[in-house]
Amino acid sequence: MDKSIHAFLSINKQGVLDQAEKADREIAEKGLSADRPLLGIPIAIKDVLAEKGAPLTCGSRLLRDFVSPYDATVVTQLKNAGALTFGRLNMDEFAMGSSTENSSVGPTCNPWDYSRIPGGSSGGSAASVVADECIASLGSDTGGSIRQPASLCGCVGLKPTYGRVSRYGLVAFASSLDQVGCNTKTVSDAATMLGVISGYDKRDSTSVPRSVPEYSAALQSSIKGMKIGLPKEYFVEGMQPEVASSIRQAVEKLEELGAEIVEVSLPHTEYAVACYYIIATAEASTNLARFDGIRYGYRVDGKNPFELYCATRGSGFGEEVKRRIILGTYVLSSGYYDAYYLKAQKVRSLIAGDFTKVFETVDALVTPTSPTTAWKLGEKMDDPLQMYLSDVCTLSSNLAGNCGISIPCGFTDNPTLPIGLQLLGPPFSEETLLKIAGDFEQATDWHCRKPVINNAGA
Amino acid sequence: MEYEIVIGLETHVQLKTRSKMWCGCVNQFGGEPNTHVCPVCLGFPGVLPVANEEALRLTVLTGMLLNCGLPKRAKFDRKNYFYPDASKNYQITQYDLPSTLKGCVEFESENKTCRVGITRAHLEEDVGKSSHFDRVSGVDFNRAGVPLLEIVSEPEITSVQMASDYLNELKTILIYGGISDCDMEKGMVRCDLNLSTRPVGQKELGKKVEIKNMNSFSGARKALTYEMNRQIKVLRNGGALIQETRRWDDAEGMTHSMRSKEMAHDYRYLPEPDLMPFEPETAWYDSIRESVVELPLARKRRYMKDYGLPPKDTETLVSNPSLAGYFEKAAEHSKKPKAVANLILNNLRACMSESNHSVDDLKIQPTHIHELVQLVDSGKINSRIAQEVFNAVYESGKSPQGIVEEKGLAQVSDSSTIDAFCDEVIKANPKSVEDFQAGKQNALNFLKGQVMRLSKGKANPALVGQVLEKRILNP
Ligand SMILES: [Zn+2]
Repeated sequence: MDKSIHAFLSINKQGVLDQAEKADREIAEKGLSADRPLLGIPIAIKDVLAEKGAPLTCGSRLLRDFVSPYDATVVTQLKNAGALTFGRLNMDEFAMGSSTENSSVGPTCNPWDYSRIPGGSSGGSAASVVADECIASLGSDTGGSIRQPASLCGCVGLKPTYGRVSRYGLVAFASSLDQVGCNTKTVSDAATMLGVISGYDKRDSTSVPRSVPEYSAALQSSIKGMKIGLPKEYFVEGMQPEVASSIRQAVEKLEELGAEIVEVSLPHTEYAVACYYIIATAEASTNLARFDGIRYGYRVDGKNPFELYCATRGSGFGEEVKRRIILGTYVLSSGYYDAYYLKAQKVRSLIAGDFTKVFETVDALVTPTSPTTAWKLGEKMDDPLQMYLSDVCTLSSNLAGNCGISIPCGFTDNPTLPIGLQLLGPPFSEETLLKIAGDFEQATDWHCRKPVINNAGA
Repeated sequence: MEYEIVIGLETHVQLKTRSKMWCGCVNQFGGEPNTHVCPVCLGFPGVLPVANEEALRLTVLTGMLLNCGLPKRAKFDRKNYFYPDASKNYQITQYDLPSTLKGCVEFESENKTCRVGITRAHLEEDVGKSSHFDRVSGVDFNRAGVPLLEIVSEPEITSVQMASDYLNELKTILIYGGISDCDMEKGMVRCDLNLSTRPVGQKELGKKVEIKNMNSFSGARKALTYEMNRQIKVLRNGGALIQETRRWDDAEGMTHSMRSKEMAHDYRYLPEPDLMPFEPETAWYDSIRESVVELPLARKRRYMKDYGLPPKDTETLVSNPSLAGYFEKAAEHSKKPKAVANLILNNLRACMSESNHSVDDLKIQPTHIHELVQLVDSGKINSRIAQEVFNAVYESGKSPQGIVEEKGLAQVSDSSTIDAFCDEVIKANPKSVEDFQAGKQNALNFLKGQVMRLSKGKANPALVGQVLEKRILNP
């Protein structure tokens, strides 16, 4: 399996058989229980989350032989819930990218068309779920890395509020933007996954001490009377016409279901991409400094530490990672800090302020997840700016620390490619988003469509 | 032309906490290399720091002891630089919002009371330790992530002696506050310094030269002396100094240029996104204020005033807080605090260093010292016997009174007994008696000694002298 999609970087075959046997025994002896909601369910994990004894490569040559000595908090939570953790999913190197093409071992393919990208950076996470290679997967979302692949592959992608889910064990790309989330086949599965991975963690000082609601219960109620905003800035120029029309139809569906739709404005949206790439790269440049070949990982020796660093990092990191480290180093340099980093932080507050203001009048926002459907492998590799712009609808919510979800809302005809609908909410409004997404899913059958997987090879 | 120097000091102190700054690893000197480590302090992928609250507490306590302002909001930042001993290739420190700001240290130097401003005392983490072998190098990360306080002084120190006195005072304050053990041998205190030279009378400071790599206070002293002489010589010879960083070579006893201002590191400071800014409540500060102790200088002044001790003795006591605490307990009810201090500074310290005991190990209690002084004062024993009693109490922990009774060491002042001893000695030493009658004072001392010997040291020496004199001169 997985030959044509290449969603997995590694699979622990024996481990999963042992876990499955144990789960079978537990089910036979004790039956199912509410505190083990994932008992026996195979969940795959993006290769950026530490799992004891498993490879943790982050899609990078620099960590190609690295095995984690500890479990990320979310992995512990999955294990405690009974999940079978069996495989590590492909991704853009260190989660930097929107197509999974930046993986050092080659891209993952879109299950709907192997010649196309699955989105990124959690391309493996979305593709594996859509290709039925697992029931659900964990991913990380720094600027849309869970939602955009969900949109491009046709599954549910949930990015929880910053602080809702522990980041301990998530290899940091941009610490103030990163959040762990999941890709699932249905909204109800997303609610179950969120219930398992949410909660305060004393190992993560940025996680929020706040009780975890019964997310699945939120799906019971209806969205009737809810007010949903349509931010005009998100219907960008250059948006693929099929995407625009699918979103329009989806909005009509929401109205039909009883929601009130109002047009709203998030006036600072146009600065989000620039702001994001300054903050994200600045943080990345220091987060990735530890990969130096001294304590672990890939090493190319040198005559002195400086040469060792240059040789190791020079050949260990891929192009995009190096580009971002250089950019981030530059914006933090003395003399430039105020003009770039500090300015970007101010813009970030304005963007967050836009959301705060809008959420005073609406319960949630509805937008496209991605302005386009999946593009051809290689199509944007020589144009990083075009690649960056593909996250234009998702990255604002990372800057604001909000939560968001992408759900299937349509397909293009020829070729058949999925289109995603994004719902955004204020911090800790995951229940509202799940409710809206759940109602929409109930009323449509987009999530039921499946690609034909041909494992004979792409 | 005459020149003067201006010195500023950056002192790094390891905090006395049970665990490291960001992880649960033990904060303990030594151990096999890389045994007090975990994914967090080794900078493994995916780990996050969690601030050690005890370290935050000790930082604020230091601020209180150094008369610092305590800003309502403090935060941590990343200081970026690549070095093999830095496990993340950035150090978490406090850049623009430190926990404490603007204080001062008061101390005595060259018979004057001095005050040096403290720019800030901020919390950061220690780094690992590199070792270089024949063909390879290694790094021990046991020390990485140990909480480290950086105490920055204003450039207000005007002599090498003053710098040295400042450092010693700072060290004593930190030991007093329980902030750090300040064990130099274990590298718990390190300092960087900067020194500039200007013609006397000139207002603006000369070019600031930073000096690194002193691993002891005496090293710092030597480096300052060397650098002062070097700078003055350059200026005297008509040369110019540049702003630079120099490295002290202890073996050579010289400083060498490391990098000029133009080559200075760009640390690319960045607010630490993994830690929330720190905004504690008033109650937290209040609870720390309860741990504020009397500073050494105040204690010194109090000892001189309340106990009438000479400056030298107070300094010795004050520089050793546990001994000073012991002294205070012993002197608390004593009418003779000076005698108490003498016993502690002479006898007790000698016994302690001989047996390698610390104050905590002692069997002899402060009340024993008090009692012993009382026994001498009341004439119950003489001061020579007191030495013997002291040694016995030191060994056994029994009360001095008990020892005196047990060994029958009470002083003999009964005149008939002393008369009898004297008569016996006079009879046995006619030559000495003659000598004394002829005016030789030494002869009397000899006779006195004989009486003491006869009494096994217990006779009241003053009485013995009187009786002998009376019997020989007016038989
Ligand atoms: Zn540790």
